[in-house]
Amino acid sequence: MQGRGRPARMMTETTIGRDDPAPANRTNMMPERRDFLIKTVKSLGLATAGGLEWSGFIEEGKSAPLVLRPPGAVPEKQFIASCIKCGMCVEACPYDALILAKPEDDKPIGTPYFTARTSPCRMCKDIPCVPPCPSGALDKTLVSEKGENGALVLNINLAKMGLAVIDRETCIAYSGIQCDACYRACPLIDKAITVEYTRIERTGKHAMLAPAVHSNACTGCGVCEKACVTQKASIFILPRELAMGKSSIRYVKGWESRDEERLKDVKEDVKTKTPRSGQSPVDYLNQEEF
Amino acid sequence: MHKFINMKKYKYLISRRITQIAILFLFFAGNAFGWKILRGNLSSAKAFDAVPLSDPFAVLQLTSTGTVLAQDAILGSIIILVFYAVIGGRIFCGWVCPVNMVTDAANKLRKILGMDKQQRAMEIARGVRYWVIGLSLALSAVLGVAAFEWISPIGALHRGIIYGMGFGWAFVAVVFLFDLFAVKNGFCGHVCPLGGFYALAGRFGFLRVGYNKDKCTLCMKCTDICPEKQVLHMVGKQSGAVLSGECINCGRCVEVCNDDAVNFRNIYSN
Repeated sequence: MQGRGRPARMMTETTIGRDDPAPANRTNMMPERRDFLIKTVKSLGLATAGGLEWSGFIEEGKSAPLVLRPPGAVPEKQFIASCIKCGMCVEACPYDALILAKPEDDKPIGTPYFTARTSPCRMCKDIPCVPPCPSGALDKTLVSEKGENGALVLNINLAKMGLAVIDRETCIAYSGIQCDACYRACPLIDKAITVEYTRIERTGKHAMLAPAVHSNACTGCGVCEKACVTQKASIFILPRELAMGKSSIRYVKGWESRDEERLKDVKEDVKTKTPRSGQSPVDYLNQEEF
Repeated sequence: MHKFINMKKYKYLISRRITQIAILFLFFAGNAFGWKILRGNLSSAKAFDAVPLSDPFAVLQLTSTGTVLAQDAILGSIIILVFYAVIGGRIFCGWVCPVNMVTDAANKLRKILGMDKQQRAMEIARGVRYWVIGLSLALSAVLGVAAFEWISPIGALHRGIIYGMGFGWAFVAVVFLFDLFAVKNGFCGHVCPLGGFYALAGRFGFLRVGYNKDKCTLCMKCTDICPEKQVLHMVGKQSGAVLSGECINCGRCVEVCNDDAVNFRNIYSN
């Protein structure tokens, strides 16, 4: 603020100076001052113009939401604020699945990503891509669990790179064809993808072996998307924040013994408040209109 | 004999090209063949699978987004910063940065085409780079990403060479064309905030260019060849060392001097 205040004050001085009939001031002081003033305004103006153009370019790149990050990646917003674009995760990937985004890839430039349909994450047990990360954009603790002696042990099954989503309209299993390519390919078979056996109502006598994805187990590795036989994959990975909804903490599954424990950590008031909720149900029953 | 003298006239230039290309090659080999001498790239790297190295300006931008970076990046940036600060000048710009080869090529072409003799199409101040530093950090804080790293032609070039170029060549071409047609030494000498950052960091290093007025014959070859002419302001006036951090320590002035008046020296020893 200080830097911006000064030139403004000097501007008034210059304006006054120009109307001032005394010539001595003008010849000695003004050209230098005016020069300085013009230069400062020019610099500020150019910095603003450049800054706006620059931030527009960045904002456009940032707004590309369809990006699948390596395992252990911190949430996207935090990820692009900490990734230093060194490519050491890319180097470590033994399957060359990870790529550093080029300008034309429509992803935040220079950051690592993978494309499930071409080369999914193979879910290496030792997760070689995560430990080399120097900046913390890939966080080991997100893909580790406590081992027997209390030390953290890497476990790729904890990764949450995305979530597989099925298009039932194009998935041929949902049309009654016996395809279980995704189910068989899934590294967490019977956990992340299960097959639901149902009857095809249309014929009344055929079975349908329909795949279903379970978000609590799916790591978003994308092997299913790669395996899918339809022309364009009918099971595909989306970033979890795009693929998943969120229900309020109010909805407790009473039939799940531990679900209520979630409420213990909740600090906010989760009680419903509407104009009517203040009254007791009995008042409502006693009202005239009823 | 003639050949030999010529080689001597280019000893720093040749050493610089060897250093620049060798570093890029080691990074490339780290990715392509799994060599462990240097892995990563100029933004952040690991040397010999042990020593972390990071671009301190990139770390500064990431930090100004409010992120607390992991230990390796911080430690690596301190190692690099201390290294360049101790040596002095913008030794990164002259000896490591691959964009130096691009802008030197543009500069050479300017000379061949005789463009230097014409009036400059555009003139900008040398201090713009310091504004761009401020702008980089401010935008990083506002937008939540390392702002200069997002558009950096340096990053585009070394990332491209090591991991695949794609359309990144356009970033580099812009720099080349800007230096060729708009402003002489335009990018490295006026705009680049990383250069500005190292100019501030290398201000007090020991390895500087020294000038001896007694030997000087005022041929002015040194200032002709210098990409940062303002640092040689003492030529013809008084003996002394280049104290500005803006000198990239390329040694071209030393090479072109026929009078042994310009030499590298340790400014802290007699």
